[in-house]
Amino acid sequence: MASHAGHLIENPHEIGSTGLPHRKILMWLFLASDCMFFGALISTYLIYRGRSVSGPTPEEIFDIPLTSTSSFVLLMSSYLMVLALAAVERGDIGKFRIYCLGTAFFGSIFLGFQVYEFSHFYHAGLTLQGSLFGSSFFVLTGTHGCHVAIGVLWLLTLFFYSFTGGVTQKRALDTEIAGLYWHFVDIVWIVIFVAVYLLEYII
Amino acid sequence: MSSENMRIEPAPEVGFFDKIFPRQVQPSGLIGWLTTIDHKRIGILYLVTALFWFLVGGLEAIMIRIQLHKPEYQDFVSAETYNQLFTMHGTTMIFLVIMPLAVAFFNYIMPLQIGARDVAFPRMNAFSYWMFFFGSVLINISWLFGEAPNMSWVGYSPLTNSTYTPGHSGDFWVVGLQILGVSSIVGALNFITTIVNMRAPGMTFMRMPVFTWMTLITALLVILAFPAITICLVELMFDRLFHTNFFEASAGGLPILWQHLFWVFGHPEVYILILPPMGMVSEILPVFSRKPLFGYPLIVGSGAAIGFMGFTVWTHHMFTSGMGNIATAAFALTTMAIAVPTGVKIFNWIGTLYKGQLVMSVPMLFALGFIYQFMMGGFSGLMHANAVHDLQQHDSYFVVAHFHYVLIGGALFGTFAGIYYWFPKVTGKMLSESRGKAMFWFLFIGFNLTFFPMHWLGLNGMPRRIYTYAARNDWGDLNLLCSCGAILMAIAVIIFYIDLFMTAKAGKACGPDPWDGRTVEWTIPSPPPVYNFKETPLVHSLDDFWYKKYPESAHIDEHDDEESPYYDEESSMHPSDHVDHGHHHDEHGIHMPGGSWFPLIAAFGFALGGFGIIMNDPTGGYSAEYLAEYDVPALTMLVHRFKFALVGGLIGVLGVFAWSMEPIGGYNIHFDDEDEKAGTEAVKESKKASKKAAKEAAKVEPAATEPAKEEAKSEDAEASEDKADEKEADKESDSEKKEEE
Repeated sequence: MASHAGHLIENPHEIGSTGLPHRKILMWLFLASDCMFFGALISTYLIYRGRSVSGPTPEEIFDIPLTSTSSFVLLMSSYLMVLALAAVERGDIGKFRIYCLGTAFFGSIFLGFQVYEFSHFYHAGLTLQGSLFGSSFFVLTGTHGCHVAIGVLWLLTLFFYSFTGGVTQKRALDTEIAGLYWHFVDIVWIVIFVAVYLLEYII
Repeated sequence: MSSENMRIEPAPEVGFFDKIFPRQVQPSGLIGWLTTIDHKRIGILYLVTALFWFLVGGLEAIMIRIQLHKPEYQDFVSAETYNQLFTMHGTTMIFLVIMPLAVAFFNYIMPLQIGARDVAFPRMNAFSYWMFFFGSVLINISWLFGEAPNMSWVGYSPLTNSTYTPGHSGDFWVVGLQILGVSSIVGALNFITTIVNMRAPGMTFMRMPVFTWMTLITALLVILAFPAITICLVELMFDRLFHTNFFEASAGGLPILWQHLFWVFGHPEVYILILPPMGMVSEILPVFSRKPLFGYPLIVGSGAAIGFMGFTVWTHHMFTSGMGNIATAAFALTTMAIAVPTGVKIFNWIGTLYKGQLVMSVPMLFALGFIYQFMMGGFSGLMHANAVHDLQQHDSYFVVAHFHYVLIGGALFGTFAGIYYWFPKVTGKMLSESRGKAMFWFLFIGFNLTFFPMHWLGLNGMPRRIYTYAARNDWGDLNLLCSCGAILMAIAVIIFYIDLFMTAKAGKACGPDPWDGRTVEWTIPSPPPVYNFKETPLVHSLDDFWYKKYPESAHIDEHDDEESPYYDEESSMHPSDHVDHGHHHDEHGIHMPGGSWFPLIAAFGFALGGFGIIMNDPTGGYSAEYLAEYDVPALTMLVHRFKFALVGGLIGVLGVFAWSMEPIGGYNIHFDDEDEKAGTEAVKESKKASKKAAKEAAKVEPAATEPAKEEAKSEDAEASEDKADEKEADKESDSEKKEEE
């Protein structure tokens, strides 16, 4: 939050009437829009919950300890993202590289878990075409996976950009915005994890 | 604003990507238009593209009316073609005409109204135009493949699945709309950021012109409503491409979910279409009544209320789907409730007209036509809110009459009012009053003749979307009347295009403020210079320009009431309003960004990707024998099936990457006449403007004589200014090139 104090901004032209940088407002607005995307997908999933006429059912294939592990890794990546932003705001680019790469790495671990889970489910008989559960599950979690993948690419871009002098204390906003996106993707996963996985064991 | 004193200084080129697709410094000609990131040029591109599709959509409408002009007439088009015609007519008019026409104004007018140099993200703005352009082309090239979408613009499932709509026609519609959706969302994000963050100093939210307010609300609706349709389109696309089960009843899917998701978008979309014209009309009525807008806070507040409530009424499109009594009653109530803020607006407009010195110019005629016809559409809309009544009207011509009253009588009339009103600002030339009036009356009479009889047709039971009807139904006479009206409308549209061309060739030149306007866009020359405002204007009140021109009228308009948006006190400004907005005219001059190729490249890539998805080959290019003999891995198959989509997507992603790495580039504009201090220019412009306005007003309205005393200004200064203006009215790029030497 400290980054919209004037001295951390390279280009003062970017600060507008509200005292906030344009790009930050843009990202918040995009996240509002993205909420509606996920809202529509999660609604679809919940409306279709229990309506499949053929198996396998969620209880049969979900592996909560496994998915909990990958969720934990994803949430910890948010912690690293916070550290990365703090580092770049201090001007400590070396630390930034470590945390940024760490965030991307944790994101990749999550993606790896998802790939494993998808192929495991596929072999257990849950396919995109096979049942309503399959259709809504794969499209919802797949969309989330795409978001994570884009985030990983973004973080890696920042990581490599830091070697060309593109990541500096004055340009901490770049990292902050990537961070906003990353945290959002994590929060959405919390909702999905609850609504898709845990709900099966509650109601 | 004399352009002789302007120096241009290109910024040094840096960076790797500059070597391949260099940022353009003041490009001219075709490259200038392709790489432009100037909000004004993009606005013009939107306008021209939308007016082109307006002709296409209009042609489809005329064909529909020819087909229906008499009972049992089957010689003109086949039932199949007729389905394509009404589907494409609806899709075109909503997504490719009325929305982009509004976006053209958002682009061109909104930044001028808030005193900004451009939108917040100029390249993103170009990207959203090119996405719109390619998306609109993508939907329409379906005609060339003979597979134009034919399942109506609402695309109800399961009619749209691959069983009932085989071939590519459904894919053209599904993919095309997704691309248009991206364009709309990206554009809307940009407009909101611009309005929230780039207002001129002193322009608090409650001093913003109503059109800017409606832009803000519309853009918020776009970012919150479009995801719903995008998701249902994605689900439908997966159903069509991969045989998922989203809308497959046999697998437990619910076709009604499509209707819900579609109308969760679809109803806010109605307000996305109507709020911008409401904003335009709210700008036009005060100017041509020569008094302030009646109840500005109420107009703004009811606009916001309409936007919010627009999300709570969607199932009134689905009263016949059997949702149950409670849902039906609840949505009938919310639908009736949304008429309240709409009514508030209409009364405020009437209040604005009351005791005004009405100037019956073309924009005013269209604005008045808007009020009357929109009200008619609103009344029939209220009739639909009664669920019992709606059961009778559903899918009948009564509904067709209703939404055409709202969309043509409302949105299109309002937009034409806006076109006639702002055309002088955009081109520096006045559209013809006489041709404009002829066009208005042809359109007004033709429109009412076409669509009013449809109310009776609907109540007599004529259903929508039928390609012909039996003679014994006795609908022939009224349908003939409708078709005659359509001819009159066509004549009106032809007059309009002729007017555009003739004005472009030899229109009457106008000054910066031909209508005696109230908002800051009228302080700058027509057409505006590339940097819009030499000095960022300082805004003291709502209708700031008006009170700078006519300070004596300030006391009448309740300026000493602290609650009033006209209240002017330095201390009432937000502290951050005094912050330098960056586009300051300092020793570095005005920095203008250079044109960029990447928005175009990225949009082209994504559109090509979309085309690849439409034209996917389920066999992946393998022959049937090969597939029978060998087992192709699923992933290989997928890659082969979507190879063109992948190539397109890759181009798009690379475009975005290169775009993000692009150097700032651009150039700085210096003004050598530093003695011209801030403000003096605005005052000079405004004096000149008010003088012109006085002349204008004196012609039509003898009552407006107060500004006449401003004529004390020296004639010479004005003459030289006029010359400069004319020069600027020439091609901008030409004059700028000269100065580069």
